[in-house]
Amino acid sequence: MNLILSLVVGTLFAGGIYLVLRRSVVKLMLGLVLLSHGAHLLIFLMGDGLIKARTPFVRAETGVAPPDSADPLIQALILTAIVISLGLLTFVMALAYRTDQAVGSDDLNAMTSTDQL
Amino acid sequence: MAHHLFLPLIVPLFSAGVATLISQRLAWARVIAVAATLFNLGYGTWLLVTVATTGRQVTQGGGWVAPFGITLMADGLSAIMLFLTALLTLVTILFSFATIDARQERFYYYPLLLLLMFGCSGAFLTGDLFNLYVWFEILLVASFGLITLGGSRAQLEGGLKYVVLNLFASLCFLVGAGLVYGVAGTLNMAHLAERLNAIQEPTLVTAVAGFFLIAFGGKAALAPLFFWLPTSYHTPSIAVTALFGGLLSKVGIYALYRVFGTVFQSELGRLAPLILAVAGVTMVVGVIGAMAQVNVRRILAFHIVSQVGYMAMGLGLASVAGLTAGILFMAHNIVVKTALFLIGGAAEHLTGSGELKQMGGMARREPFLAVLWLLASFALVGIPPLSGFFGKLGLIQAGVAQEQWLIVGVAAGVSLFTLFSMLKIWNEVFWKKAYGDMSRLPRAGAGLLAPAVILVAVSIALGLGAAPALEYSVLAAEQTLDTVGLARDVCGAGGCDAVELAVARE
Repeated sequence: MNLILSLVVGTLFAGGIYLVLRRSVVKLMLGLVLLSHGAHLLIFLMGDGLIKARTPFVRAETGVAPPDSADPLIQALILTAIVISLGLLTFVMALAYRTDQAVGSDDLNAMTSTDQL
Repeated sequence: MAHHLFLPLIVPLFSAGVATLISQRLAWARVIAVAATLFNLGYGTWLLVTVATTGRQVTQGGGWVAPFGITLMADGLSAIMLFLTALLTLVTILFSFATIDARQERFYYYPLLLLLMFGCSGAFLTGDLFNLYVWFEILLVASFGLITLGGSRAQLEGGLKYVVLNLFASLCFLVGAGLVYGVAGTLNMAHLAERLNAIQEPTLVTAVAGFFLIAFGGKAALAPLFFWLPTSYHTPSIAVTALFGGLLSKVGIYALYRVFGTVFQSELGRLAPLILAVAGVTMVVGVIGAMAQVNVRRILAFHIVSQVGYMAMGLGLASVAGLTAGILFMAHNIVVKTALFLIGGAAEHLTGSGELKQMGGMARREPFLAVLWLLASFALVGIPPLSGFFGKLGLIQAGVAQEQWLIVGVAAGVSLFTLFSMLKIWNEVFWKKAYGDMSRLPRAGAGLLAPAVILVAVSIALGLGAAPALEYSVLAAEQTLDTVGLARDVCGAGGCDAVELAVARE
């Protein structure tokens, strides 16, 4: 499972970076989506590994976590990261839409008016 | 437990909420914004004194024992940055009273400014690496709103590049934070410093540190990741440019100081040559880029890049002396850079254009503005006794003491070119004959001049009172590099691992 997920993370990063380097704003946006998914899955792998039927729960009777319990912190981290990237990517999409309206093109090479002397 | 550390976060957040609700009643929104920044300014001043007299302030979020909960802490560096954040926000708000149009103001301008201050203050106070990521996102979201507020084509184009590069840098930060948790099993900065210094696999830690260097280097606009800054910073309203130019890229530098000075201290020695090389390239590229520009704010934006290089040099020297000079230089630069943007922006506001060709005659028409410009630009170049001199002197002294001749030569040479750019603006905007008929242009009122006067006064005070400022920078640098003291203050006398073991035994 860890190996498969590692490969998935690698693929997501590769695809994301490829798309981010394209000239189209839409592809750039999709690239950022892939990259953020890659980052989230990478954090997922950073606990003590994914093993079937492990839970991040504490025993109610004793109040102590069993020795083979999963790491709850990474799950909290991913949830936070997912919420943040959802909000930010939504903003990027709105911005890309408005930029497309203002520039009349989604080609990044058409967006050089602030770089020219 | 210093629970007061929550105050500079709660007050701006609450005020931002209230200012959102009453954003259509401009007078009230303005009062709330000024009141909240005044509170943070007062708190920042108090914190500066408290940290100097009683040392590091620490509190734990939710009452969880460190290293399990989220730690808030304030040392000298945090206190300096918190104070300057509030000062800059206040000055920006005052300047926007005179310059910004009411339609933008109604579009949640003040709530966004307050949220920016909230995010920055949180980033300066947190003692947890993942929490730092969250604060970065908060301040980024607010800055995204501010940079595109107005929605002109230039703003949207510049904003898109700003947003995308900052998102990419944030993702690098997130990946780094994830990896560091995998390597060390904690995210508390004090605990991380304790564990990473003892870890046996230096190559893995170096690779993880590289992610942080890319992330914060991108946010601070270090070469080669600086292109987003000069392409976007001149597009929003003048007040927003001034705040961003003074503050935002320095949040990245703060994070570099914090992460490489404290958390990855063991890696600092290994990465120092790389950081120094990047710093040198950044200085040169920024200053050469500025020479080609013909717009006031764009020249100044390229100079931000150049000066961020000096701050990175302070870190790259990897010594108390280097970091001290870096902190002193950063404090000076935050103040002076904003002052220059405000003065150049005031000239732009009066003339109605920021293109050098279409400006001129300001020295005769607004002599007071011209004097302010001279003082601020000489401070930026580093002419004694103004504030820039002491930071640069410290950097060069530290470089000479460590025999880093190349970077010393670059730092000294770049100053000359900085002077060239400042004189270019002086000649074009203030000295040369007016471009058109100036008699119809508005005069500079007190509202336009007062913010710049405040900052120039602070800069002069920093120059004349260089001894206490230097002393405070030494304190800040020593606290930043003191990982043992940090672990003691955050987790108790035994360090963080001891706390974790004790809890595990129970």
